[in-house]
Amino acid sequence: MQPTKIKHNWWILRIGGFSYKIDKRVLPVLLALIVIGIVVLVTSVSYGEYDITPWQVLQTIFGLEENARFELVVWQFRLPRILVAFMIGAALSVSGTILQGITRNPLADPGILGVTSGASFAAVAAIVWYQIPTVYLPFVTFAGATIMAALIYLLAWKGGSSSIRLILVGIGLGAVTSAFTNLMIVFGDIRQVQQAYVWLAGSVYGRDWDHVRSIVPWLLVLLPMAILQARQLNTLNLGDDTSKGLGVNVELQRGILLLVSVALAAISVAVSGTVGFVGLVAPHITRRLVGPAHEGLIPAAALLGGVLVMFADLISRWVISPSELPVGIVTAMIGAPYFMYLLYLNRNK
Amino acid sequence: MTAKTKQVNSTRFLQSRTVLFPGLLIGLALIVLCLAWSITLGAAEISIQTIWDSIFSFDNSSFQHLVIRTVRLPRVVAGAMVGASLAVAGAIMQGLTRNPLASPSILGINAGASFAVVLVVFILGSPPLSVYSIAAFIGAAVASVLVYGLGSMGRSGATPLKLTLAGAVFTAFIGSFTTALLITSQDTLDQIRFWTVGSLAGRDWALFVQTAPYMAVGLIGALLLARQITTISLGEDIATGLGQNTLVVKGLAAIVVVLLAGGAVSLAGPVGFVGLVAPHIVRFIVGQDYRWILPYCALLGGILVIIADIAARIVIRPEELPVGVMMALLGAPFFIYLARWKVNR
Repeated sequence: MQPTKIKHNWWILRIGGFSYKIDKRVLPVLLALIVIGIVVLVTSVSYGEYDITPWQVLQTIFGLEENARFELVVWQFRLPRILVAFMIGAALSVSGTILQGITRNPLADPGILGVTSGASFAAVAAIVWYQIPTVYLPFVTFAGATIMAALIYLLAWKGGSSSIRLILVGIGLGAVTSAFTNLMIVFGDIRQVQQAYVWLAGSVYGRDWDHVRSIVPWLLVLLPMAILQARQLNTLNLGDDTSKGLGVNVELQRGILLLVSVALAAISVAVSGTVGFVGLVAPHITRRLVGPAHEGLIPAAALLGGVLVMFADLISRWVISPSELPVGIVTAMIGAPYFMYLLYLNRNK
Repeated sequence: MTAKTKQVNSTRFLQSRTVLFPGLLIGLALIVLCLAWSITLGAAEISIQTIWDSIFSFDNSSFQHLVIRTVRLPRVVAGAMVGASLAVAGAIMQGLTRNPLASPSILGINAGASFAVVLVVFILGSPPLSVYSIAAFIGAAVASVLVYGLGSMGRSGATPLKLTLAGAVFTAFIGSFTTALLITSQDTLDQIRFWTVGSLAGRDWALFVQTAPYMAVGLIGALLLARQITTISLGEDIATGLGQNTLVVKGLAAIVVVLLAGGAVSLAGPVGFVGLVAPHIVRFIVGQDYRWILPYCALLGGILVIIADIAARIVIRPEELPVGVMMALLGAPFFIYLARWKVNR
């Protein structure tokens, strides 16, 4: 594996018959994101009711400090929820990147394919109607999201799929499910409704290693799949006709990419509720940093989304401590102003 | 003649003035019928004759006349007005931004109104509906000014992309504060949850008179701008090339949308889906000319909301559903059907 220079701004990795083309801007951005990510992670673990210095955190993580209390707080309470925050951020961000690529619509986010509304409906029904313990919520929401995505794809299928039909059918079915969700919110018992509201806002409160273990395998499969599909995504982004002309099997590739995107959104919704805004905004911010080619965009978006949610989680524990806000609220509160700033910078483009 | 040209010819006939104008009259007749039907339904059944009498020869000793005049008529008229306003506002937004996903909520109008109302309830406890209405309108207006300002920074002014992004980002931003308030205060949530899904329950003349002028001005303004909106919906470059001052048209259209959607949200709360769906349905029928799209939208929007309200009142009698929920349940399947049937790209 040796990087060969072709033009000024591309690196090309070649391994046998496989090649991967990356914008030169990507590497420094990735490195910077990793460094920022580690800083945020350590700060976040050290912050809380029971103060631990960042140095002690590092020592505890690497097993140099033998303090049972530190170990309990770091390993059992804080690290898992922070890792969950990172992973759902990465998942949502990549999911949004793929959807914006396929639909060529800057407003596309995981909500558009009805995934979030299907999952929300399932979760609110579980909380308000059946009062199911929150432990089982991931299964319920995952089922809701998958069924919903399948229904949308089936209803939009007419001798082939089309982005615009997918969007329109997604809006339609999304409206039906959120109507039912609203119905439960209006008529349900107020305490359960409030609990459902917290879930709808997206929260990583009390997530433990079981949650981490339930997401990791999915990410290990789905993220590499997304990265390997990057080149096809670039082509699909040019429109169906152009892609066909370039010899891409549009239906197949779009099907695969949709599946990856839906699965990523579904697992994140399953563990943390509907953390909004990340899937919409992280791709835009990343595109600004590394350009529109998906080979570099997807890994960078994953890191950026993860760091964003991890940071939001830190803020959500700090801002009204000792109580805490749902992390989804904070992702919007910090993501939105930054996005507005981007709009301002790009005002003449 | 091939099937294709036959289809084109039949579309051309359907979208000609000879068909569209009578169609408008039929729509008008339909909306009156729906109004009457809606008034007959309720805890006490009322005959069409009684409705006629209550309007043209009012007898203030008759209980039925009083019910019609003070409860049912204002409610159904409010529904028609809200539906018409939202549908027209949605059509303008979609034409202006050239984005099929655009609806009044894109300008942050519903989000702004919801935040203002939640904030007022959070502070005041349980104010009367008229206070909700004022708060909602102020929230809607402030939100849309902010979004429009944000979306029109720079030399090119308010481009569709910038406007859409600004709206989405503002909605998410302000929505997070709304949720934060609702999560911290259970009382506010309980107080507000019926309002936040859109409802016509308890809307009386006083509230209607307070909000209708905005919507009326908005509707008239929309019809006056229809020709310019058609031009701009072809693309801004084309519109400029045809000699249009796009900046002025976009600004005026934005004001019209604020009057329409702001008035609607302050009267009935955020009723979703009409503004998104009605323009699509209308465009399937009448084509791309906004001089026809807008009046058809007004009629269809009104009819949709009245029917949704009727359904909302009869499905779980004597209780009633919020009209916003019913709207989505009725409109969405039809919308999906149209998307399957008509979109061949």
